[in-house]
Formats: sequence, C-alpha cells, structure tokens
Amino acid sequence: MAEAAIELVGIDKRFGMVHANRDIHLRIERGTIHGIIGENGAGKSTLMSILYGFYQADRGEIRVDGKKVVIADPNAAIAAGIGMVHQHFMLVENFTVLENVMLGVEGAPLLSKGIAKVRAELKRLEEDYELEVDPDALIEDLPLGLQQRVEILKALYRGADILILDEPTGVLTPAEADHLFRILRQLKEQGKTIVLITHKLREIKAVTDNVSVMRQGEIVATLKTADASVEELAELMVGRRVLLRVEKGEAKPGAVKLTVENLNVRDSRGCPAVDHVSFEVRAGEIVGIAGVAGNGQSELIETIAGIRRAVSGKVTLDGLAVDVTGKANPAELRQRGLAHVPEDRHHMGLVLAFDESENAILGYQDDKHFLKGPFLDVDAIRADAEAKIAQYDIRPADARLKTANFSGGNQQKIVLARELERDPSVLIVAQPTRGVDVGAIEFIHRRIIEMRDAGKAVLLVSVELDEIRSLSDRILVMFAGRIVGECGPEASEGEIGLLMAGVEQKAAAE
Amino acid sequence: MSQPFAKLPAWADYGLIPLVNLVVAFLVAGLVVLLVGENPIQAAGLMVKGAFGSGEGIGYTLYYATNFIFTGLCVAVAFHCGLFNIGGEGQAYLGGLGVSLACLAFGDFLPWWLTFPLAILGAALAGALWALIPAWLQARRGSHIVITTIMFNFIAASLMVYLLVGVLKPLASQAPETRVFGEGGQLPQLGWLLQMFGLQVRSAPLNVSFLLALASAFVVWVLIWRTRIGYEIRTMGFSPRAADYAGISQTRIIVITMMISGALAGMMALNPVMGAQHRMQLDFVSGAGFVGIAVALMGRSHPVGIVLAAILFGMLYQGGAEIAFDMPNISRDMIVIIQGLVILFAGALEHMFRPAIQRLFGRLSGSDLRATPIATGESH
Ligand SMILES: Nc1ncnc2c1ncn2[C@@H]1O[C@H](COP(=O)(O)OP(=O)(O)OP(=O)(O)O)[C@@H](O)[C@H]1O
Ligand SMILES: [Mg+2]
Repeated sequence: MAEAAIELVGIDKRFGMVHANRDIHLRIERGTIHGIIGENGAGKSTLMSILYGFYQADRGEIRVDGKKVVIADPNAAIAAGIGMVHQHFMLVENFTVLENVMLGVEGAPLLSKGIAKVRAELKRLEEDYELEVDPDALIEDLPLGLQQRVEILKALYRGADILILDEPTGVLTPAEADHLFRILRQLKEQGKTIVLITHKLREIKAVTDNVSVMRQGEIVATLKTADASVEELAELMVGRRVLLRVEKGEAKPGAVKLTVENLNVRDSRGCPAVDHVSFEVRAGEIVGIAGVAGNGQSELIETIAGIRRAVSGKVTLDGLAVDVTGKANPAELRQRGLAHVPEDRHHMGLVLAFDESENAILGYQDDKHFLKGPFLDVDAIRADAEAKIAQYDIRPADARLKTANFSGGNQQKIVLARELERDPSVLIVAQPTRGVDVGAIEFIHRRIIEMRDAGKAVLLVSVELDEIRSLSDRILVMFAGRIVGECGPEASEGEIGLLMAGVEQKAAAE
Repeated sequence: MSQPFAKLPAWADYGLIPLVNLVVAFLVAGLVVLLVGENPIQAAGLMVKGAFGSGEGIGYTLYYATNFIFTGLCVAVAFHCGLFNIGGEGQAYLGGLGVSLACLAFGDFLPWWLTFPLAILGAALAGALWALIPAWLQARRGSHIVITTIMFNFIAASLMVYLLVGVLKPLASQAPETRVFGEGGQLPQLGWLLQMFGLQVRSAPLNVSFLLALASAFVVWVLIWRTRIGYEIRTMGFSPRAADYAGISQTRIIVITMMISGALAGMMALNPVMGAQHRMQLDFVSGAGFVGIAVALMGRSHPVGIVLAAILFGMLYQGGAEIAFDMPNISRDMIVIIQGLVILFAGALEHMFRPAIQRLFGRLSGSDLRATPIATGESH
C-alpha cells in the first residue's frame, strides 16, 4: 500500500446538538485523488475545515506524512503543506492575479523582489500544470473558472502538497470543469495529493482513485473508485436506492400562463443582457432554459420576477400585463401567483442571519396569515415553518436555528418549501439543485414534476444540461442574451451543446 | 451590528465582552489619572459615589441616561437597517424646536399631561423631518447617509442659533434662549419615585421623560422584532438583495427607518427642554447625539443593552462632574478624556477582545466558536 499523506484518527466534532463528525478514521494515500461524497449535512465540509484549521476537533488526531500535527489555524495547515480552494473564492477583487498570489507572503517591505519571484514561480507553475492565467489581469475581470485557478495557484505557491477542493465545480461551466480535472490529474502526476468534495457522482467516477462515503457524520465506506458504480455510490450515500433518472409522464399543456415578448434588459453595467427574447409557458409544462452561466438567464428571470427593470418588451402573467419596464413589484407578482426560486440563495433567496422560520416567510411578509394587524404572528409563522420542515425533511428540524447553520442542501429546501407550497400558478426555478445531494435532487425533481402535473406553468433555468434535459418538456437555449434555438427533450447533448456555444440552429442541424 | 455567524453563549456576548471592554477602559483611564498625580482608586470611588451614592446623584445619573436612551435607540434602529445615522445630534436639536413650539403655544393654558403628548408629537415630527432629507438623498440619489447626516448636524446648529438669537428670544432678554414655559409646559419631576426608596433628591432634574424613554425602548423592541415593518428593516439591513427579492422597496424602508430614528432622537429634547430647564437653551443637546452611537454599539443595538449602556454613560457624566469638583488636579477636560476612553473601548473597539474571548471559549468547551467563513461559504 502507498504511504499515507494524511491520516485522520478518531476525529469527532459536535456543534451543540449536531454531531457533525463521529469518530472519523480516514487514510488518504500520497499521490492520489481522493473523493468524498455524502448527503447534505453529512459533515464533509466540517471534516475539511478541521483539516484546514478552521475548526478544532473535539477529539482525535491528524497525521501528515505519518507525523502527528496540531492544526490550530489555516497558517498551521499551510505550514503542514495543506492548501484549500474555497468554494467562495477569497480573492481581492481589485488586485491583480500576481498581487493576490503574493498577498501575505510578500517577503520584504519593498515589493520589487517579491514580485520578480512570484512572476518567475507563476511561469513555472503555468508550464508544469496547464495553469495559465495572465498575472497582470485584475481578478474582477476574470471569469469564475480562472478565479478558481488563481486560488489553486495561491495554494501551490505557498508550497501545498495536499490540496482540498470543496465542491469546486458548482460554479463552473462544463468546459471549465473539464479543464480543472486536467489540472488535477497533472498535479497528481507530480506527486500532489488531492481531496475532492462533490455531489456529482460522474465527476467522482471521472477523476478520483479512491472515494469515501459519509453519512450522518460517519464514514460508511472507503473504496476504490473503479470498483463502484454510480448507482452503488448513490445508495451508499443515502442508505436506500436512489432513482438517478427522472420519471415523468406525458405533459398535457393547457392555457398560456406566461408570455414574454421582445424583452430587452440591460445588466448592471448597462450592457444589453437580454436581447429581444420571446417565448411562452403553458399550464402543465416545464420549459427549460439551457445555456452557459452568464448569458442573460439571471437578468431574464429577475426581470420576469419584477426585481429588475426591462428596457422594452412585454410580459403577461395569466393574461394580464406585468409592468416590467415600470413598476412591477415582486410582492405584487407573488400575490398574482408567481413563485420564484432564485439562483443566488445566499444573498437573494435567504437572509442567512435570520432563523429558519423567519426565512420561511421571506417575500410573503405581507400575507394576512402571518400577521396580526401590523404585528408578526410569531406562533403562526413558527407553526407554518415546522409543517414545512416536516414535509421537506429539512435537517436539523429546528425552526429557530439560524439559517447560516444549515448545510447547503437544506438551505435550498427551505427556499423550495416556501415557494412551492404557496400553490402558485407560474413557477420560476433557477438552479434548483445546485449543491444538493442525490437524494434531495430526486425529491426536488419529483416535486417540480408534481407541480407541472398539477397544472402549473414551470420555467426552469439551469446550467446543468442533464437536469434541463430530464425535466423539460421544451428546451430553449440562450446564448449572448438571445434565444438561439428551441428543441425537445429528445435532442442530443451534442446538439444542445452546440447551441449553447453559440452555433446557430440551422448550422447545427446540418 | 449583528454578528450572525459568531456563536458565543448569550451571557458572554452581552455580559462578559462589554464588561471586559469596560474594565480595560477604566484601567487606561486609571493610568491617565495616575499621570496627573491623583489616586485612581479614590477617583473611581468618587465617581461611583457621585453617581449612585445619593438620591440626588441617582437622579442626575438617570436624567443623563434618559438622553442617551433616546439617542442610543435612534442609532440602533438605523443600524438594523444597515444605516449609520450620525445625525442624532442635529435631529435632537430640531426636536427641541418641536418641543418649544408646543410648550410656548399650549403651556400657558393646558395642563402638562395635555401639553406632553403635543410636545412628544412636535419633537418626534421635527426630528423625523430633519432625518427625512438625508434619508431621501440616500435612497434616491445614493448620497452617503454618514456624510449627509453630519452636514445636517452643522446646518441644524446654525439654524437653531439663528432662531434662538432672533425669532424665539423674548425681546428684553440678553440670553439666546426661549422664554420660560408656562406651568403646562413643565414636566413633573420624578423625585417622589426615589423618595419612595427613602432617598433625598433635592434639585435632581429627573422627570417623567425617563419613563417615556423606557417605554420607547420597549416599543423599539416590539417594532424591530415583532412587526412587519421591523422584519422588513432587518431584511434590508442584512441583505439588500433579499429585500429586493422579497418586494421590499428600499427607498420606502430607508425613509421610514430614518424617520423613526430621527423621531427617537427628537424626543430626547423633551428631557432637558421640557423636563429640566423649562425653556430651550443654546446647545442643549451637548453631544448626547454622539454618545448615542457609543451607547448603541455597547448595547449591541438591543433596547435592553441600550438602557444599561445609557445608565453607564449617565454615571460617567454625573460621577465625572463629581470628580472634577473634588479633585483639583482633574479638570473638566480630564473627565471628557475618561468618557472618551470608555467610548473608545466600549464603542469603537467593541470587537477588539472578541476573537480572544471566542478562542478561550472554544478551548474551554472543546468546540470552536469562531466566525466561520466555511459555514456561510459552503455548498451553493
Ligand atoms: N457553525 C456551525 N454551527 C452549527 N452547526 C453547524 C455549523 N456548521 C455546520 N453545522 C452542522 O453540521 C452538520 C454538518 O455540516 P457540513 O457543512 O459539514 O455538511 P456537508 O456535508 O458539507 O453538507 P453539504 O453537502 O450540504 O455542503 C450539519 O447538520 C450542519 O447543520
Ligand atoms: Mg459542504
């Protein structure tokens, strides 16, 4: 057996009532890519945070290269050769790549020496690992995929031998993800050790050598990736068989519920983001909008939901006009039967500092049901939240817990429960399963299809092509702010992929 | 403001940290006293005795505290909406105009309990309107509220000088102040309350507006945590994007919050103007608006904390005056330094010892309580 780069021995960690890590024993072999999978809230991020010194374990020890180490804070982790790429990047937006890499390890009060050294080192790393980024580019001008590369460079520059990536592909386009995996393989060939957390089992199969499965704070299995099928892994994670394919019947489209006509929207910088977009959604159908992130999908749904102003164009909801160029208001649209699951749940869909029950009424704070005159009806709000917690199996089942302390998948369920249980007539869902585990994905997909079958008009936006293809009855592809094509769910991945890349439909059909 | 991700037990958060800050402030202040050749222990004794040692002392302490409760609440309400209202000083000053007009108009023939509601209304309205313009500029034009409210303090000061040396001054008088209000424009003292505890109050100006301050603290608690508008204010304060998503108009909520905040500052004027001097004098606010910032910070923007912090600052004001009186080496300015130190440690450096205390707790309880970027930043 290869020697262990990291050994975790009996790691145990509680947060109050929650037992996040239970007696974890884990061996990560040097020069391998080790995957960690598990349900939302299984304790993956907690375990990695302990390894990186964000949290202290209550019990247990960490060995790096066979030697026991105490990792009191991230500096100690870096000293031990451990680097971490955070999902939410920790970069200074208005610094250049080079300045970010140098930050904290400048070397001397005067920067000139440090700069020369970093520049040389960046060049070497670039050649070794296909990690090309322009060292003088400003971070804010870089797409997310490149920003992530800068995070990796930062870790390598600080001498990381072991690299932890927590859900690195959530924000990446498929092409960027592929590139990331090429980089990871190269790092592995150079003898680095990589720990990869992801909810996408396909990625696990594609790049990892070994994989550990966590469930409710425990490691329930560690196996060679080659020996396990995707289905087996899913079952190990959730503890039951998971339907990885969506089952749905024929759609029975009814009356038109939502129409969008010639809509033009500018983004925050004033550039055209949505460009003459027209489509309609009928009751009882799911219309999916496919496209690489950043092609105007966010602006489109925010405009329909009344959050953003359009420059021109018309939108109707249930046959009545929505004043998208003027006074459309999300609260009023909600009353008219529009529900909206936003893509950015951390800043838009939830107030992380609120407790769960307070978030369960966000956007519905005007509802008579939750009020007594001008006062909040705290009991009614809590009862409502508890009912939803039970129905959606939100864990921990505590309506008073601060929302920030729920794991990502459970936060998503809080939003879904709020928006779906209002019996809307039109439902807009953006990235419904981002960061969500396979069991919850199955549940969420089933709920969305139930909504369709109950006669709701559903507009689905997702960067996951699989999700779009398995849920939608019709697919619109968006590129550079325009709808560049429409196809049925039977269209091949390649066909949609070409459209997403901006190749016109006619050309693609030939 | 709120520290959503740091978790300390409530008693440490609201009790231990302010206490540590205070102790450090007093230690440094003690050094200053030592430096001018006085005995710091004796000075501390004098201060506590001056503030709480007699009925009169307590009366003065609570009188000052009344001012700070109002201005502290003013700052706290704006905090909850993510706004930094530095304009309490000017809003309180204008509040005095509201009080004075009500008392001058009705004080001569209405009993105090009829003039009082009118004066409250006048104070609140004047303060709210003075906050309205900066609020509107922030909401509509993006002019930073910190800058505009500071400027409005200066404008308020000039405006009031103009009014007090001209329009509001009785003809024959030399002093820049209004005439003394009639019977009905004078609030009853609360001496009887302290006398019930067997205390001698003599001239202490503690008056009915202290009770109004306590009631206002309760109303603010209800407003922020138990009403729809409070929910909207907090949503906006934590995440403006979530407010947009929830259909909460930013303009509307900024304007409403600032008007409530200004109204609270305005009501502070009731205490000195109608409760103590029975006329409006030049500069009667004398810094209470700024102390309110420290009070709100120290009280963690919670009404209970604010009342306690206000009493603490009331003690500093009253006890400080006592020291200056008894220790010749310590001038009035030294007292200002000591008060400044408390503001520095309890207000501005409020979070200085927090990381260390959190680490200590983490070690003691075996689990880590540090603010956790991971907990918020994980899985999207
Ligand atoms: N700072 C915290 N305070 C209290 N509880 C916490 C904290 N951080 C995590 N938890 C809880 O610990 C458990 C494990 O959380 P963790 O974030 O490690 O899960 P995860 O496996 O990364 O989930 P996900 O796949 O959703 O990211 C969850 O129940 C979570 O609610
Ligand atoms: Mg996680």
